[in-house]
Amino acid sequence: MVKLTRRKLMVSAGLAGGGILLGYAMAPFSTVDRARKLAAGDGALLVTWVRITPDNRVTVIVPHSEMGQGVHTAMPMMLAEELDADWALVSMEQAPADMAFANGALAKGYLGAADPSIPKFLNGLTDFAFRKAAEFNNLQITGGSTAVRFTGVVGMRRAGAAARWMLVQAAAKEWGVPAQEITAADSKLSHAASGRNAAYGEMASKAVDFDPPANVPLKDPKAYKIVGKPVARFDIPAKVNGSAIYGVDVRLPGMMFASIKASPVFGGKLKNFDAKAISAMRGIKSVHRVGEDAVAVIADNSWRVQQALNTLPIEWDDGANAAHSSATILAGMQAAIEKGKFESDYNFGNAEAAAKSAAKVVEASYAVPHLAHATMEPMNCTAHFNGGRLEVWGGFQDGLGARARAADVSGLPIEDVTLHHTAMGGGFGRRGLTMDYLDKAVLLAKQVDYPVNLIWSREEDMTQDSYRNASVARMRGGLDAAGRPVSWQQDYTERRDPEDATWIPYAIADRRARVVSGTDPIPFGPWRSVAHSQHGFFIESFTDELAHAAGRDPFEFRRDLLHDAPAHKAVLEAAAQMSGWGTPAPLGRARGIAIRESFGTIVAQVAEVSVDSDGQAHVHKVWCAADPGEVINPDTFAGQMEGGIIYGLTAALYGEISIDKGRVVEQNFPDYPMVRQADAPVIEVRIMPSGRPTGGAGEPGTPPIAAAVANAVFSLTRQRARSLPLRKHDLRGGVEQAKA
Amino acid sequence: MQLTINGKVQDVDVEENMPLLWVLRDTLNLTGTKFGCGVSACGACTVLVDGVAVRSCSTPASAAIGANITTIEAQMMPDTLQSRVQAAWIAHQVPQCGYCQSGQIMAAVSLLSQNQSPTDDDIDVAMSNICRCGTYGRIRAAIHSLSRA
Repeated sequence: MVKLTRRKLMVSAGLAGGGILLGYAMAPFSTVDRARKLAAGDGALLVTWVRITPDNRVTVIVPHSEMGQGVHTAMPMMLAEELDADWALVSMEQAPADMAFANGALAKGYLGAADPSIPKFLNGLTDFAFRKAAEFNNLQITGGSTAVRFTGVVGMRRAGAAARWMLVQAAAKEWGVPAQEITAADSKLSHAASGRNAAYGEMASKAVDFDPPANVPLKDPKAYKIVGKPVARFDIPAKVNGSAIYGVDVRLPGMMFASIKASPVFGGKLKNFDAKAISAMRGIKSVHRVGEDAVAVIADNSWRVQQALNTLPIEWDDGANAAHSSATILAGMQAAIEKGKFESDYNFGNAEAAAKSAAKVVEASYAVPHLAHATMEPMNCTAHFNGGRLEVWGGFQDGLGARARAADVSGLPIEDVTLHHTAMGGGFGRRGLTMDYLDKAVLLAKQVDYPVNLIWSREEDMTQDSYRNASVARMRGGLDAAGRPVSWQQDYTERRDPEDATWIPYAIADRRARVVSGTDPIPFGPWRSVAHSQHGFFIESFTDELAHAAGRDPFEFRRDLLHDAPAHKAVLEAAAQMSGWGTPAPLGRARGIAIRESFGTIVAQVAEVSVDSDGQAHVHKVWCAADPGEVINPDTFAGQMEGGIIYGLTAALYGEISIDKGRVVEQNFPDYPMVRQADAPVIEVRIMPSGRPTGGAGEPGTPPIAAAVANAVFSLTRQRARSLPLRKHDLRGGVEQAKA
Repeated sequence: MQLTINGKVQDVDVEENMPLLWVLRDTLNLTGTKFGCGVSACGACTVLVDGVAVRSCSTPASAAIGANITTIEAQMMPDTLQSRVQAAWIAHQVPQCGYCQSGQIMAAVSLLSQNQSPTDDDIDVAMSNICRCGTYGRIRAAIHSLSRA
């Protein structure tokens, strides 16, 4: 029996063994039925579902992917809090990739409640409209730091509160007492006056008779017992004993291993290969053309595959892109900035006029290179065509999108495609919208009748990525006679998500940001914090330049511009205070500061650096203050700040993908170096939730770090590094010279 | 050839020069040891050979004949070093994506078996494996928590 109560909550009794299944949904009826069918047997599921069984266990079904950011624990925490569940009885399952789990809340978060494309008459039904929008876009995505902000805030909390409300009503009826006299805590219901008690599991089957109100009241955050406390993540034990199964670990009966080489020049084609040259090698099964641009070898062992693939004679047709190099791309971007076919990001007052009347004008050009994701687990996917059906195994940030894509590529109806989620050895955007690894696995598996695990070599992973775009920016600022900024202008290349990434929090009345697009021919993919990764460097380095031009302390200069942004000001002051800003740094070191808001979270960082005799920067310490509005699991949040800083620091110090003759030069970690233990700074994180709307965790730690480090280098050496990575600069004192 | 892995003798029919990593992963389905780079640069494939950390992607299987090979899957008595390292990894909530952590843990076991109270510099030298999620601070704290000093 499924009941639709009001329009948002769904209740299902009749689980095998009793119990209750409750979903918070923004789904039409047909989708509800579909979700139930999918999970027939033990229970059914929807956008946000919770299952309470007679053994008193609570299972939360999470429609997002775990890539180490802790979402599989944070979501159940939010639901269990409102349910007043005993955390020791709570577990989670990842929702299957099906349309019924499309992330309506995510769409709502993106579109915003005031989106003009939603007709007014749908006002009372906006959740439905957003749900349809999500379905249309096949959104089940984990990215943009959205899981907690949208699914958690909208779905998890309400499902938990509704389930609690229903359990209380059931107990009230059973005991013949008023509902308001019943307390619910730690998965137990009790009535003090009569001394009655019941576990949630005992009352669950009876709770289905009650229709919860559409808007169940939520808890006062002051009463939280689970949310806001450090909770051990569910996914960690399997990650310390080797039992967690990642995509590369999929093993199936009759499965073979494969590896692939695609045209080294983007957009090139596979001309020819000589399969005979490797046919006698041990373990080799077959060689296949995969799409227009790649060839794959199948064998019984990954090493044998790689040996054969490296031996296989291959001819490529390089196509039109072989002329591109990093230098030509950069020159094209600079020319585009000069030619000026701009679109506006924002434009307030008249920044140009304000610059003309300024006492001092500062101008500087910045540049950042392409970057690869370099997840620790190389791209891979397992696929099996069997009796007209397709099964796919792998790590996907957007399970639903991946399933739709697999259907598309295979030519099968989506109903005939099953997608199995594995753990992900890093995402950072690589396993999101860019699904080339899925495409290739499906196209290859279609040519054989057994399961194939297609694993890219590290070299293939690095040279066939979808990259963080290169970008240049021309910054102009004007100061009045008192050293106050009166004009801010940013012209840059390539607008990427989110579109507010050029926003500045500073009180400068006359300001604008403009963009020229279409300057980067290299395949693009979102990279941790996306556009914020470059704008954090451009904007916060240039703010530092203005501070120095004004003869001001960089912290005080920023603070004075944040009088209308109290949350930003508080975060900036906290980072400065943590770092001992204003006191001398240890001998040979200096500090730099930067602040960025991204994905709803404000983060300020102070970096303490030294420069060695080779002119190379070393980062010893980073103090990080963050206001995510509210924090679900502070230990996970701190871990995301730590990780975001290291990810951004690798890019700031070392990261550069260079293009030569249309192909990526860097092949593996020796020439695309990473921050390791020996060069990882000590990181101190202070979380200061202010009650603003809930912000993200996975990305906001990355944007400020490059500027904080470059600003510290300037304080130490008076060298202003206006391009990344820093290792390309000789940062010793004197005139700054870019290294060859 | 015969290999002794986690205390068990295994007969495998593989090429002399096949790296140990692929014998573990593809022949024996011991998938806890990970492939990261194939060129001994990242350490995701770290296992112990006679108690010492080696990068199995660049170690021919034949070089480990007669030695005791230990992987992340080794079933440990509760108070052995490897189980204590694993417990410290949980206590410090070290892993994020977790992919590099088998290798990190084996490198830490190797370090602590040779040096019961490593300094920060010792850790910097011994723990050169890459973690893309940036769990270095927690790894360092977890190792220090096991120090006998």
